[in-house]
Amino acid sequence: MTTLLTILFDGVAYGMLLFVLASGLAVTLGLMNFVNLAHGAFAMTGGYVCAVLVNQAGWPFFAALPLAFVVSAIIGVVLERALYQHLYTRSHLDQVLFSIGLVFMSVAAVDYIMGSSRIFIKLPAALEGQIDFFGIGIGRYRLMIIVICGLLTAALQLILARTRFGSRLRAAVDDPRAASGLGINVPQVFAFTFAFGCGLAGLGGALSAEILGLDPYFPLKFMIYFLIVVTVGGSSSITGPFLASLLLGIGDVAGKYYVPKMGPFVIYTIMIVILIWRPNGLFGRSATR
Amino acid sequence: MSAPSDVGQVARLHARWHWSEIAFWILTIACAFLFPSRFLIMTDIVRLALFALSLDLILGYAGIVSLGHAAFFGVGAYCAGLLSLHGIINEPVIALIVAGLAATLIGFLTSFLVIRGVDLTRLMVTLGIALLLEALAERFSNITGGTDGLQGIEMQPILGVFAFDMFGKVGFFYSLAVLFALFLLARRIVHSPFGLSLRAIKNNPLRAAAIGVPVNRRLIAVYTLAAFYAGIAGALFTQTTALASLDVFSFERSADLMLVLVIGGTGYLYGGLIGAVVFKMLQEFFSSLTPQYWQFWIGLVLVVIVLLGRDRLHRWALWLPNLIVKQFGGAKSVVAVSESDAP
Repeated sequence: MTTLLTILFDGVAYGMLLFVLASGLAVTLGLMNFVNLAHGAFAMTGGYVCAVLVNQAGWPFFAALPLAFVVSAIIGVVLERALYQHLYTRSHLDQVLFSIGLVFMSVAAVDYIMGSSRIFIKLPAALEGQIDFFGIGIGRYRLMIIVICGLLTAALQLILARTRFGSRLRAAVDDPRAASGLGINVPQVFAFTFAFGCGLAGLGGALSAEILGLDPYFPLKFMIYFLIVVTVGGSSSITGPFLASLLLGIGDVAGKYYVPKMGPFVIYTIMIVILIWRPNGLFGRSATR
Repeated sequence: MSAPSDVGQVARLHARWHWSEIAFWILTIACAFLFPSRFLIMTDIVRLALFALSLDLILGYAGIVSLGHAAFFGVGAYCAGLLSLHGIINEPVIALIVAGLAATLIGFLTSFLVIRGVDLTRLMVTLGIALLLEALAERFSNITGGTDGLQGIEMQPILGVFAFDMFGKVGFFYSLAVLFALFLLARRIVHSPFGLSLRAIKNNPLRAAAIGVPVNRRLIAVYTLAAFYAGIAGALFTQTTALASLDVFSFERSADLMLVLVIGGTGYLYGGLIGAVVFKMLQEFFSSLTPQYWQFWIGLVLVVIVLLGRDRLHRWALWLPNLIVKQFGGAKSVVAVSESDAP
């Protein structure tokens, strides 16, 4: 029973982390219909920024986290303005090729600058160890992840559903022409959203270094996970990807615990079955554009 | 324009052998005698060309974007390796065909998954299948050798006569013969009514269905055929290198393949062949520049190609050849520009 709860807890923490990592992709791929395979590269950037600040410059961990967000977001907005925006209307094949190219470049560049071995971020003492909660061991670090990611998710949902910016974004995605006719600066909205998504990925990358491991091959290793979150979750709302990432997190942790020999086999099979059963995702309502 | 016989005539005209094609193949044979010390890399190019030809069949002709084409390459590679390792079929040519058929079977079974759903789902499913097979190969390491790969493969002489030699001379001519045979087959197929219907499907599946093309059945057929080609390419890989390891399934292999095809141009058969030559030369060049980080430059090439636009790039590349061709053969015999694919 307690192991079951521990697995559930770890799975939820893992899933929440995946959601923060992939939520930017949920917007670019799910809503804007842009196949961005390079999303993991932004997460990796955030992770390495945090690692350099904490390990080499001696910053406290919690001060480095916002900077991971900011740096990834700035790189994101620069790339969006310089490169990505020209490709929104191109075919999926072009988008795939372009983003694979970016992934290869980022992998080799980080390998060149930081070396190819796995990087660890020094955690503050307060985050190490476990809390004993009615006999269930709860990792402090994972508890912090759940709290941070939970807050972020709630904030995202509020921004998208309640604020003026949220409604502008939804309008710009649904029909860019009509939206710009109504005076919405569509490119600006897209650029801001893209940057915000990259920032979230960077933050997720910094948080995930402890759990997922951080090395130059991060964008390739976890690309499929981000894509699963978005495609399985469907693109109708932010809740779909959120539930999908929780499912994926719990499924992956449970799979590794109960059938460790099968490796990622379980996850891929479930993904293919779900995509065959519901091509638009579990929580997608209608056909994508 | 209106009579159906005109359509047939145009199709037949396109199917005729152009003198530049004959020149291409003569040049290929000539390479074998011009660079006798570079057989290994030339074999590599021929294998890659065959693999690219396979992707071109589904991407360029049927419009299916696949991120996991290495799946069939891997099945062919492991199949050929296992057949020879356990001495089940010793003759390389028969083993090659059996390995190709094994990949065909997997291709046929997975084609039902691939044709369902829209573009994005296809991407995910093809990627998922390749990853799934990689995970399976890792899981059953007692059969596949796990991360070490299959070791100790010894190839018997081809047709019992030509033994594989150290310098890869026999391997090269063997691969080239296979490539040429399969190229002829592909050429026949894409110029047949079947091939024309594939183009119709690629341009607009809905209209193709409306004029009576059985869209799904055609897609299944071409996907299965492409799997056969990829399986043969994989089997050639194992037979000429005596090696099969987990990286035959890797995502990088599928991604590199896309780049090969994009360099050469999609939608015409020589695209994959030319792309393979250019890609390998680029790779060699970048490796000599920065041995460990050549991937960076490959990525840069991809980004630049997409940003400049693939059509424009091919027009530039063909500008000089076309100028020369125009001088000699008149305006009509211009080298074909690949079809652009609509967004």
